[in-house]
Amino acid sequence: MLSRTDTAPESAAAGGAATAPVIRFDRVQKRFGDNIVLNDLNFEVAKGERVTLIGPSGSGKTTILRLVMTLEEATDGYIYIDGEPLTHELRGGKRVELKEKHKNEVRKRIGMVFQQFNLFPNMTVMENIIEAPVHVLKTPKDAAKRRALELLDQVGLADKADAHPMQLSGGQQQRVAIARALAMDPEILLLDEVTSALDPEIVGEVLAILRDIAKTTDITMLIVTHEMQFARDVSNRVLMFDGGKIVEEASPEVMFTEPKQQRTQEFLSAVLRG
Amino acid sequence: MTDQPIWDWSMAWQVLPDLLLAFVKVTLVVTVLGTIIAAVLGLIIAIVKRSAPQPISGIVAFVVNFIRMTPIVVQLMFAYFAFTSIDPMTIGVVIFGIHYSTYMSEVYRAGIEAVPAGQWEASTALSMSRTRTWVAVVIPQALRATIPALGNYAISMFKDTPFLVAIGVVELVQAGLEFGGNHFRYIEAITLCGVIFLVASYPTSLLVGRLEKRLAFTN
Repeated sequence: MLSRTDTAPESAAAGGAATAPVIRFDRVQKRFGDNIVLNDLNFEVAKGERVTLIGPSGSGKTTILRLVMTLEEATDGYIYIDGEPLTHELRGGKRVELKEKHKNEVRKRIGMVFQQFNLFPNMTVMENIIEAPVHVLKTPKDAAKRRALELLDQVGLADKADAHPMQLSGGQQQRVAIARALAMDPEILLLDEVTSALDPEIVGEVLAILRDIAKTTDITMLIVTHEMQFARDVSNRVLMFDGGKIVEEASPEVMFTEPKQQRTQEFLSAVLRG
Repeated sequence: MTDQPIWDWSMAWQVLPDLLLAFVKVTLVVTVLGTIIAAVLGLIIAIVKRSAPQPISGIVAFVVNFIRMTPIVVQLMFAYFAFTSIDPMTIGVVIFGIHYSTYMSEVYRAGIEAVPAGQWEASTALSMSRTRTWVAVVIPQALRATIPALGNYAISMFKDTPFLVAIGVVELVQAGLEFGGNHFRYIEAITLCGVIFLVASYPTSLLVGRLEKRLAFTN
């Protein structure tokens, strides 16, 4: 299972070196109709790195996560996961869409936690967590259940295995959603404003769990959040976005104490005041 | 005319066995089998219209509209005269099933559309296949929202069964009319037909209500 995370050299197509970045955006463009959300975007995320995307709403942060999860497809450019193209590749000078089967294989390495949790309301907590391990990874049901209980214990909900999502609070639902994503043993975890839909007093319990996961695993994380303290605690690097472009890139220490760009200063002072 | 009572109990008792027999052997059978066909076929139509590639989904949409825009009596008679080797009862079951599947497909469509986009996205994020997403996530949730409407269509089909007269199937009402013709008394037979319909429909609607509660996600 670990070998999956160390397979960079096998992808000769991308010309990946032994240390191919886990995520690489190469001149990525995303437009919805006439509206260009991301333009000519380039950035890389190294294995085990935690990168937080900040910026005003509409700056394209969530779109980046959705592109990595293949919920949206880039209108131009290329995204590489472990050096392998995700949805499109350059073949004979042309941009070619890859087969669904290939997308599926790459997608299995990526997990996502959503702002609105998106648990399956027709399943119990346990069923939510074991659904994909059993039916996608073909893990035996017993093993999947054991792992699910471990994860539920980790997120403090060991006693809720048989509950239905609707019987849980928002914070509890989000913790189940985190456990569900981890049950797939993802190499990359995408966190899309995971505390934005929660009551302020519940935000802490969810962030505590994510801090714990950041500390105890080497999962690569790409995070969109408005919780600046959390971003500061868990990330190695912060990217400030505006208008679909990276305005500034720095370590959290630098970004939150002495940002260089005026746009970043304005944004941070507005957010931190609120 | 003057010596005839408005209501004659002896006539009522005499016709009742005929009516109950026709009810069980025809009306009930057509309704139950027709509903099963309509429920299954309706779901297939809804899924095909949503996810099949263009020529197929377009053709299905056209056929569905065609069936919905023509009266069931015409469809019954068409099938009756077109497929003379098939017995009328079977034709009744199949035509009722197909006709109502077009209505039920619309109910399913609404139910499927009511499943939030986030459910599809979560399924993608978990690398679930399209088929598994339909089976495990979308259809169970869509069904919950559609059960009441489907139940109402089943009751509606039940009340349409007298149209079977058009193809010579002796269902409940036709049995009543035949008895009336033989005894020159119609009022008891027709009244009892109405009573039987009511007695059968009402518990069904209660059952639909209970099913709806059972399918809700919070117990």
